[in-house]
Amino acid sequence: MRSFSNTYIFVFSLIMVTIVAVLLSFVSMSLKPRQLLNIETEKKDNILTTVGVTGEASGVDKNTFISDEFKKYITDSYCVDFNGDKLDADAFEVTLNLEEELRKPREERNYPLFVYTGDDGTKRYVVPVRGRGLWGPIWGYIALESDLNTIAGTVFDHEGETPGLGAQIATVEFEKQFDGKTIFNTEGQFVSVEVVKGGADPSDKHGVDAISGGTITSKGLQAMLMDCLGGYVAYFKELANN
Amino acid sequence: MSIEKEPLFSVKNLKLISEPLGQSNPITVQVLGICSALAITVKLKPSIVMALSVMAVLAVSNVVISLLRKMIPPRIRIIVELVVIATMVIMVDQVLKAYAYDISKQLSVFVGLIITNCILMGRLEAFAMGNKPWPSFLDALGNAAGYGIILIIVAFFRELLGSGTLLDMRVIPQAVYDAGYMDNGMMVLPPMALVVVGIIIWIQRSRRKNLIED
Repeated sequence: MRSFSNTYIFVFSLIMVTIVAVLLSFVSMSLKPRQLLNIETEKKDNILTTVGVTGEASGVDKNTFISDEFKKYITDSYCVDFNGDKLDADAFEVTLNLEEELRKPREERNYPLFVYTGDDGTKRYVVPVRGRGLWGPIWGYIALESDLNTIAGTVFDHEGETPGLGAQIATVEFEKQFDGKTIFNTEGQFVSVEVVKGGADPSDKHGVDAISGGTITSKGLQAMLMDCLGGYVAYFKELANN
Repeated sequence: MSIEKEPLFSVKNLKLISEPLGQSNPITVQVLGICSALAITVKLKPSIVMALSVMAVLAVSNVVISLLRKMIPPRIRIIVELVVIATMVIMVDQVLKAYAYDISKQLSVFVGLIITNCILMGRLEAFAMGNKPWPSFLDALGNAAGYGIILIIVAFFRELLGSGTLLDMRVIPQAVYDAGYMDNGMMVLPPMALVVVGIIIWIQRSRRKNLIED
């Protein structure tokens, strides 16, 4: 076996990592726009799913299809602040960067809101939420009926929860449990929806079953709802009174 | 210098492709790459994409390492192999994210984990470091195909029996369900992949006695 000097090894390594770095930066830069488009499409698709718009793209590209559906059904989108006042910020932009938004104190955050108008004129309000699971971020979208109290639909997703345990939050069975639950109690106080270990009573309007073996993810989801939905309370009350 | 040139598809070269499909199959005989084989074989489509990804990564890495084999200092060869594999895997991952986003989400972490798939390091270390580029390329195709074919067989049975579909199309007619048939939920879980792989190994060994160890 030939022996190589230390200098050779150093030079070889240097050249190797430089080539690899240039190559990977190039690939990453050139594919970035398409990847971002995919992420946007996914978010739009999720928002549409919560309000019950689920269609398959036939004949056209999925990105165009979802984008068209989104324009058609999401008739308004804006941000509100903690005190319930409307803001100028673009709701979708804020949703894309929700992680950074949540680092701000609650009073300074922009709270994005999407308004859906169905073919029959029914209105629903979709709120993006984001929080922490066991291994990484979890996020989702909550659609509320026009009474701004009853949940019409939810979509949850996660980055790396354990398959079969925490990852169950992203299943239809789990998401369906939220339908018809309410986030305000009969006195009009904000109580959010709790994730109950051992199973929630079916008559409980503010509780759903937690996931066995996914306690930390379940708790994280509950905290996420409390934290994110909580910021809309002032605005919801105002809107419901008008 | 008149060394007779070996034809591109000599018997010896063809063996590089055919052997890993059968008697030196990376999964059933060498028992490498089992982790991903269990995790992503719930449905056919991700399995096919995974098999193709491994093939692309292995083919390019094998050729690159084979071309560089005389320049790579032996002391850092494992690091060099790892860098080449990792670069390829990241590229495949980025391409999937851009052009097959849904599948890339299903495969999630397992595309990244191709880096740790023992088949890759195994082939680079055992074959590409000591052979010319063309045989290395064939060796890569053979081994990736051997890996892929097991993935596809396992996924075929798991999707058919577990979800009643193939490539997401319903193949078991509704009438059968009406008659009381149910999808086997067990097939969707990873342990059943192990059982299916076990059955494949059993069938293979009962037909090729020379594979049986004491």
